[in-house]
Parts: sequence; C-alpha cells; structure tokens
Amino acid sequence: MSNLSNTPSVRPLDQPAVSARVLWTAAGVGSLLLLLAYLVAFDQGAVSQGGMYLHELLHDGRHLLGVPCH
Amino acid sequence: MSLRSARTTPSYGSLLLRGLLAGLIAGLLAGVFAYATGESRIDAAIAIEEAAAHAAAPGAADDGHHDEELVSRTGQKGGLFLATALYGVAMGGLLATAYTLLRRRLRTPSDTRAVFGLAAAALVGIVLVPFGKYPANPPAVGDPATINQRTIAWVSIVVIGLVAVWAGVVAARAPRSGAPEWLRAAAALAGFLVVVAIGYVLLPTVDEVPAAFPASLLWTFRLASLGTQVTLWTMLGLAFAALLHRLRRDVPAEAEAVAV
Ligand SMILES: [Zn+2]
Repeated sequence: MSNLSNTPSVRPLDQPAVSARVLWTAAGVGSLLLLLAYLVAFDQGAVSQGGMYLHELLHDGRHLLGVPCH
Repeated sequence: MSLRSARTTPSYGSLLLRGLLAGLIAGLLAGVFAYATGESRIDAAIAIEEAAAHAAAPGAADDGHHDEELVSRTGQKGGLFLATALYGVAMGGLLATAYTLLRRRLRTPSDTRAVFGLAAAALVGIVLVPFGKYPANPPAVGDPATINQRTIAWVSIVVIGLVAVWAGVVAARAPRSGAPEWLRAAAALAGFLVVVAIGYVLLPTVDEVPAAFPASLLWTFRLASLGTQVTLWTMLGLAFAALLHRLRRDVPAEAEAVAV
C-alpha cells in the first residue's frame, strides 16, 4: 500500500511532459467525445439531423444511464 | 535513473484507440446488464404511464413522447445496446484522454492503479454523486414540463461530482510530506464532502414521483440503473488496464522492474 501514498521515496514516474501538440489534439478529440455523449444523452435531432428517430431509438439507454429523459 | 527514463510512453493515439475499444466492450457489457435487469421495469413503467394517460384523457392524443411509435418497443430494446455502446465509447475515449494528460500527476508507478484510480474517480464523480441528488427515473416519473431545468441541474451535479473528487485529491496532497496516511484520507474525505454538500444544498430538489407509482418498481429500476453504470465503469477500467498492459509488454523488462 505504501506506493499509493506520496511519501518522498515514491516519486511520480519520470514521464515526459505532455507536448503542446498532444494537448491540442486531446482538446479536439475530447470535444468530439463529449459531442458523442451529448448525442446519446440529450440530442433531439439538432445534431443527428434525423429528427427524433435517434432520440427515440436510444430512449431506454438514456433512462438506464440515469440521464433525465422525460 | 537511465533505465527509468528509457521507459517508453505510449503515444496518445495508441492510448486513445485502446480507450475507445475498452469503452465499446464495457458499453456492451453494461447493455447486457441493463437489458437483463432494467427492460422489464421500463415496460412496467410505460404500462403505468399509458394507463394514466388514457385515464386522464380517454381518446385524446397522448403526451406524444412514447406513443408516436417512431421506434417500436422492440426497436428501443435493441437501441439500448447502441446507447450503452456509444456512451461507453465516448467515456472510454475520455478516460484514455484523461490518462494521457494526468498520468504524470498520478503518484503511482503502476499503470494499472493509475487507470483504476481514474475510473474510480469517474464512477464517484459522474455516477455516485449525481445518483445521491438526482437518482435515475423510469418512464412515468417526471414532469415533461420541467425537463430542461432537470437536465441543467443534472449536468451541474455531474460537474460538481468531478470537482468534488478533484478537491478530495488536492486535500489529500495538502499536508506536508511525512504526514500520516490517515490524515491524508481524512483531508480527502473532508475536501470531497464539502464540495458535495455545497452542490446538494444549492441545486434544486426534484421530487416528481407520482403518489400512485409503485415504490418497489422505482427501487428496482434505480438499482438496475446504478448497476448498469457501475458495470460500465468497472469494466471500462479493467478493459483499459488490460489493453494497456498488453501495450506495455513490449517495454524492456528491466525498465519495468525499476518502475515497479
Ligand atoms: Zn423517456
């Protein structure tokens, strides 16, 4: 268990710093992934452009994933 | 030291790919759990909802949400797997992204523990904290007129849940080095609870369960929903850690040995 604590003997790994390029890529990819989560949880056709079809198809998943539905 | 720095770090791309795959696996497993435990409850709740709608306005158009039959009930049961799979993929990608950005700050030499720590943080922040304030509701529970307010409040509590976990970590690291473990744990708990308490007090209370709705059905539905999300995050953590382990196996053994 000792390596879970941050005693001086256990230092963070010498991992290279995250480069600016990775940071920007991560920001872009993260936004797309949030958009995907939005599509499942909330979208009512504005993003999917399929009317309410996708919203209704994903209906049970929304309820069981704990998202407010209706 | 030279061995340590020789340890290669996987690229963001390779981590992201594994996160998305782990998310797909976890999402499908969560879908199986949701299908097995939740679908019969949703059916029962919809039956109650439709009975109430017909009793209130016999022959009149229903509230329109479920009765348009844009997608049949069978279609929605299949759509459940699509929903949990897509949601799992999104969460898996976000977990891989968080891992990439935060790995250096997680003070453990073990990649597996780093992944488990992040997945546990997400489970607490995104699932358990929101569940305490706004537990999942089956159809027939909830006033359609308040859906926008409820959605905003739910997103707020998810953000607050993640902030609370972050506050717990910051608090755990606040005592000077050499402080006893129990003190760090107590500080983490205090930091976490303060943020959660503020969120719970400030956000509006929602209680829209109709008086006639069966308590046992509400309870079993909420358990099914909680189980679905716990399945998703535990399986996501396990699957991502396993895929990461396979990726790391190519690293020279002595570099790994120094790190552990
Ligand atoms: Zn619904």
